[in-house]
Amino acid sequence: MTDDSFSLIIIALLPFLGALVPGVMIRAGRNACAIFTALPTALALVMLLLHAPAVMDGEVIKAELDWLPQLGLSAAFFLDGLGMLFAGMILGVGLLITLYARFYLSGEDPMGQFYTYLLLFQGAMLGIVLSDNILLLLIFWELTSLSSFLLIGYWKHLPEGRQGARMALAVTGAGGLAMIGGMLILGNIVGSYNLTDILAAGEQIRAHEWYVPALVLILLGAFTKSAQFPFHFWLPHAMAAPTPVSAYLHSATMVKAGVFLMARMWPALAGTPEWFYIVASVGLITMVLGAVIALFKDDLKALLAFSTVSHLGLLTMLLGFGTEAAAIAAVFHIINHLTFKAALFMTAGIVDHEAHTRDIKRLGGLAKLMPITAVIGTITALSMAGIAPFNGFISKEKMLEEAVHTVWWENPWIVPALATLGAVFSVAYSLRFIFHVFGGKVRDDYPAKPHDPPFGMWAAPALLTVLVVLIGVMPFLAEPVVNMAATAVTGHETHAHLKLWHGLTPALYLSIIAVVGGAILLALHKPLDRAWIAAPRPEAKAIFDRLLAALAGLAQRISEGSHNGSMSRYLAIFVAATTVLGYLAWSGSAAAAPSRELLPIPPVVMVGWVLLLVATASVVICHRNRFRALVVIGVIGLIISFGFVYLSAPDLALTQISVETVTIMLLLLALHFLPKATPVESGAARRLRDGVIALAAGAGVAALAYVFMLRDVSTISGFHLANSYKGGGGTNVVNVILVDFRGYDTYGEIIVLGIAGLIIFALMEALLNGPAAAKLRNTDYSQDRSRDRHPLMMVIATRVMMPVAIMVGVYIFLRGHNQPGGGFVAGLVVSIALLMQYMASGFAWTQRRQQIEYHSMIGWGVVIAGLTGAGAWLGGKPFLTSGFDYYHFPPIEEFELATAMLFDLGVFLAVLGGVMLMLYSLSRIARYAGETVNVAPMDYDPSQDDGGEGPGKSDQTERER
Amino acid sequence: MNHWIIAPVILPALLAPIIGFVMRHDIPLARVASLAGTGALLAIAIGLFLSAGGDPQVYYLGDWPAPFGIVLVLDKLSALMVLLTAVLAMIVLVHAVATGWDARGWHFHALFQFQLMGVIGAFLTGDVFNLFVFFEILLIASYGLMIHSGGRKRMRAGLQYVVINLAGSTLFLFALGVIYAATGTLNMADLAQRIPELPEGEAALVRVAAILLLVVFGLKAALFPVHFWLPATYSSAPAPVAALFAIMTKVGAYAIIRVHSLAFGPDVAATGGMISDWLFPAAIITIAVGAFGVLGARRLMPLIAFSVVGSMGALMVAVSAFEPAAMTAALYYLVHSTFAAAALFLLADLVVSRRESDVLTLRPATVQNGLFAALFFAAAIGMAGMPPLSGFLGKLMVLDAMRAPGQMPWAWAAILIGSLMTIVGFARAGSTLFWKPTALSGEPVPDDGADPAEPAPEQARAGAAEIAPTMLSIAALALVTGFAGPLSGYMSDTSAQVFDRAGYVSAVLDGGPVKQAAEKDKKAEGAEPSQDAPADEPADGEDH
Repeated sequence: MTDDSFSLIIIALLPFLGALVPGVMIRAGRNACAIFTALPTALALVMLLLHAPAVMDGEVIKAELDWLPQLGLSAAFFLDGLGMLFAGMILGVGLLITLYARFYLSGEDPMGQFYTYLLLFQGAMLGIVLSDNILLLLIFWELTSLSSFLLIGYWKHLPEGRQGARMALAVTGAGGLAMIGGMLILGNIVGSYNLTDILAAGEQIRAHEWYVPALVLILLGAFTKSAQFPFHFWLPHAMAAPTPVSAYLHSATMVKAGVFLMARMWPALAGTPEWFYIVASVGLITMVLGAVIALFKDDLKALLAFSTVSHLGLLTMLLGFGTEAAAIAAVFHIINHLTFKAALFMTAGIVDHEAHTRDIKRLGGLAKLMPITAVIGTITALSMAGIAPFNGFISKEKMLEEAVHTVWWENPWIVPALATLGAVFSVAYSLRFIFHVFGGKVRDDYPAKPHDPPFGMWAAPALLTVLVVLIGVMPFLAEPVVNMAATAVTGHETHAHLKLWHGLTPALYLSIIAVVGGAILLALHKPLDRAWIAAPRPEAKAIFDRLLAALAGLAQRISEGSHNGSMSRYLAIFVAATTVLGYLAWSGSAAAAPSRELLPIPPVVMVGWVLLLVATASVVICHRNRFRALVVIGVIGLIISFGFVYLSAPDLALTQISVETVTIMLLLLALHFLPKATPVESGAARRLRDGVIALAAGAGVAALAYVFMLRDVSTISGFHLANSYKGGGGTNVVNVILVDFRGYDTYGEIIVLGIAGLIIFALMEALLNGPAAAKLRNTDYSQDRSRDRHPLMMVIATRVMMPVAIMVGVYIFLRGHNQPGGGFVAGLVVSIALLMQYMASGFAWTQRRQQIEYHSMIGWGVVIAGLTGAGAWLGGKPFLTSGFDYYHFPPIEEFELATAMLFDLGVFLAVLGGVMLMLYSLSRIARYAGETVNVAPMDYDPSQDDGGEGPGKSDQTERER
Repeated sequence: MNHWIIAPVILPALLAPIIGFVMRHDIPLARVASLAGTGALLAIAIGLFLSAGGDPQVYYLGDWPAPFGIVLVLDKLSALMVLLTAVLAMIVLVHAVATGWDARGWHFHALFQFQLMGVIGAFLTGDVFNLFVFFEILLIASYGLMIHSGGRKRMRAGLQYVVINLAGSTLFLFALGVIYAATGTLNMADLAQRIPELPEGEAALVRVAAILLLVVFGLKAALFPVHFWLPATYSSAPAPVAALFAIMTKVGAYAIIRVHSLAFGPDVAATGGMISDWLFPAAIITIAVGAFGVLGARRLMPLIAFSVVGSMGALMVAVSAFEPAAMTAALYYLVHSTFAAAALFLLADLVVSRRESDVLTLRPATVQNGLFAALFFAAAIGMAGMPPLSGFLGKLMVLDAMRAPGQMPWAWAAILIGSLMTIVGFARAGSTLFWKPTALSGEPVPDDGADPAEPAPEQARAGAAEIAPTMLSIAALALVTGFAGPLSGYMSDTSAQVFDRAGYVSAVLDGGPVKQAAEKDKKAEGAEPSQDAPADEPADGEDH
């Protein structure tokens, strides 16, 4: 990397690095803050000017750092004439603004923040004009939108500031997004996002079929940024920003970004009829419209804002003409507009600062009170009006000259006529600025007594005024700069001939018409103003606000209407979408004929099937009666278990039966605390809808099942059968699959169980400490309580059965590896044994005799399973590799010990712990709800005999908690 | 065999029960264990990420050969996802500890670790049934986290979340049934190998399986029309949990990337362009749903939740192309949107807990209004896809990759207009939250975020530890931006690997233990097909 390119990168980065400074330096005071803010800007400006001689000689300085090569995005910068001009303007005016803002901002304004935003903005602008990669340019482009959002909204306590900032962001942001599309298309056409490549490929771009979309999208970006009709409305509202911001962003820099872009893209995009008709027409309309509105604005800044709109229109129009001379004129006017408009904004700021108002109708006669300001304001406003010998005159002449030569839609006079009209109004509002603010008699009703500000505040505009005069009187001074930039715009060397006196050209006559017309307009201002105020005209902000409010309202209706929180609707959409998609996927290709014959249906299967159907239908019909529905669900579970038995799957049957038993029992116990009937919540139409969806989905599932039962598929299960004993040490393939082949799945599932346990516990804590607890306590469950709470027969039977049941559990656990059984089923069997105690003898009674902590039991189960799996690492084998061997200790027969068994123990503990934790939670709720602890195991509730005594009075009971 | 591959699953799986069941009475102890565990996880994830450069590495669980046992596969994609999860987890965990969220209910740390286990397990597995198991784990753990500390609104949203996702799990099982019926295997590599070889008559079943899986994964990834659960869930969840959930939607996206490009890619005759054809419009509408939601939101948390929906739409648009350049963009955007969502949720927590409401109406400014405003600005820029943060680059990459003639106008319009609506929505919200309140005190908030006008006495200032996670998330975005080049270089290697089906298949099926035995048995099994199919498949389903 050469020194030049290195310095270019430093220039581009300096403002961003500098942005860190003011936030810190504000602690050293306001002067220090301003000085340290100026430093990086000044440094960058000096470094930039060092390159000026080379650039003027036509050299282009380049620098490139890789960033995202896959996308074609690199941090590539280049400095040519156009970039030089703009970078100089950005940094130079930046310095002046820094100075001006130091005196403008009051002590209450957070100045550090201001300078930080200002430098961020400066960096973004500088990035735009130095980018050699259009994606990088896009990044800086959007950054200007964001940083100007912060600057416009700087006085965040003012609603105008906030709204103006949001409007500017929305409009320029929208344009920026459109421009992204345009730039990507452009990059696609050329095959590179490199600006240099794109500029060189103008022919190819203009001939491409995507030229028009790209052009329109890019212009959308430029027009919104440069406030072109019909996007001009945001600029006046951005004037809610502090005046230094307006002077910087809205005269010199940001709004010029659009113009810059059009100038930059000029070699690539300009020269086609599309370019001419879009760009020139929009510019022309904007120029006239802005000038007309500006005349009727009473707010000084609003006047200047619309004047800026008008001048930007002028620049756009010139670029739209697509001729070299027009481009030169545009470049020259960019410089001139910068000088007089920035000075004018600062003047307006000074007036506002001193008189505490910007309302022209409340001002007048300031020439006597603040002579320095008046001189500055008058000279610059005359330049704005295009009156000799100031620089604005020369560029306006050039503009009119070009307009005269322009034929619009075979019509030679419409462009010059409209351009002159614009000039007339431009003269009128400029003169109004002079006469209605500085002219006239001194008044005695200013909100504050105005006088000239301190030197620091008028120094910056004064300097610009000197430039206005200098360029006006000696235009040849500006020639090299104009040539430098215009050469870069047009792509070949240009020779600007800037003279104050061009001779008696048509442009001069038009200029004279403009001045005379403007003076007449100003004389007639009062009646015109009345007519203007009376006339109906669209108020852009109101329209924009209404549009946005309508859009937000629509968005709210759409999103809140569709996300209304109805679970049944979400599920209906889910099921319906799945069914439809499944059907479409299925019907997208033909299915092969079945490879298996349909088997005859034996009567027992038929009976089971009918039972299943009847039971399912019953659940649908009587699901509001929860107990009844639960019983029928139990029936369904049993039939499915029989199905497994019938199909010779004893493991599955065993598991299904025990799962079924445990869940139904737990649900029964839980139902005790819940309403016994489900309320009707949906109308007939909703039920019909749900019924149709459910039937369709059911039919789909049935069809799928039918299809895959009728085909042969080679599966991986042959391996499992073959290796179960050899490699897994068990003859029960199902169990070996569970604890060995796919032990990892089982491990995951017991973790699910463990998590469920944790959640149940956490939920119960939340429940018992929340508002639901009071409800629980106050519900009277005694209504449907049996007198015989703990019937003798059942208590005895379950106690006799308990050791047997536990032994069965142990047996099932031990045989699991080779015979139907295993840790999962064993855990369920043991928990059923315990569950029955709860049912028979009561929650409280049983709980008192249960000292095991179920929490830990789940935890240990999960940990044991995990450690067993990890134990394989000791042997250098992967997780969950099983080991087994056969041992023989007399007098017991030879038996097998497998690590899988230890894993199964983990499963057993987790299952048992999980179920018992649920029971424990239920019993806590029960006791919380007022269930009493029966002292004797077999318990008869006498309170139910005559209803006179509450359960609490029984001396056989004690209430817990 | 590299045992470290399974470490990020086993570490939280062993730690969680210990925290949950042994340390449950002592919050400081649980915090230390959880932070230490997550730190170790992060270290392991970095190690795995660094080692995942070459071919996919396979871990054969139980020393069984593929496709008969379960395998874990560590390739660039899964290593990336694991690392992303670990980094996010660390950030979120610090936030939860610093703000005291973890002590507002039971078992936060245990559930958090289980959640990590579930997410990471899903990223590492090479078996679709095992993916189902991990979906279950992460679902139930996330349910527990979501309803952490209770409350009526949260419980309601939690019920919806768990019911709808259980419906999704049921569909997952159906889809697995169809897959097994069509192919007789559940191993992803085996599926990738068998499906293209299936006779034409089997195409219909394969297509059904593919589309059902798309719905299942789409449900997790919050794709229209199965995204409805997300806004309420994310906006009702405790904010740090919502931040962690930024990775949950990515699990769905990952599953689509992994399974559908391995087994049902555009070059598979049976499915062809079907997945793209459905995924693309769904993703476009998802962007619209997100954009409208952001613009129309009346509360901050739903606003952020909808922006997450929108970002998933943009991500899935890129995925739907199923080609390497777009996948590179998708992966880059995936990383970006994870941190962007986390930053927003974490910041929202800091603000909402001080503001005492997330309703977007005028309320007094918080003590650190300036600081929060700056952070919000940065995070919102990230989410809306504005420069200079990575969202802009991500969107550019997505736009740049979506150049198919039929898709370009839709994708570009949706993404660009969606971005605009998101920007406007965030600007409105930020203005109401941070700018408007300054008018209340009558004077602007002074510089450098220090002393505002009058801090409400009861408002605690956020300390460094509370702010650090938000800042870290934003710093992550900045890093993703700054190192976009190397990162997307990794991404494009990754997407090349994603579409290198042969490489994946041979890594899984050709390596591994007792290969000889497997081949012998495969032949034997070919002779007597399918009698035993029922014995195998339901057996897996047995304990669910």
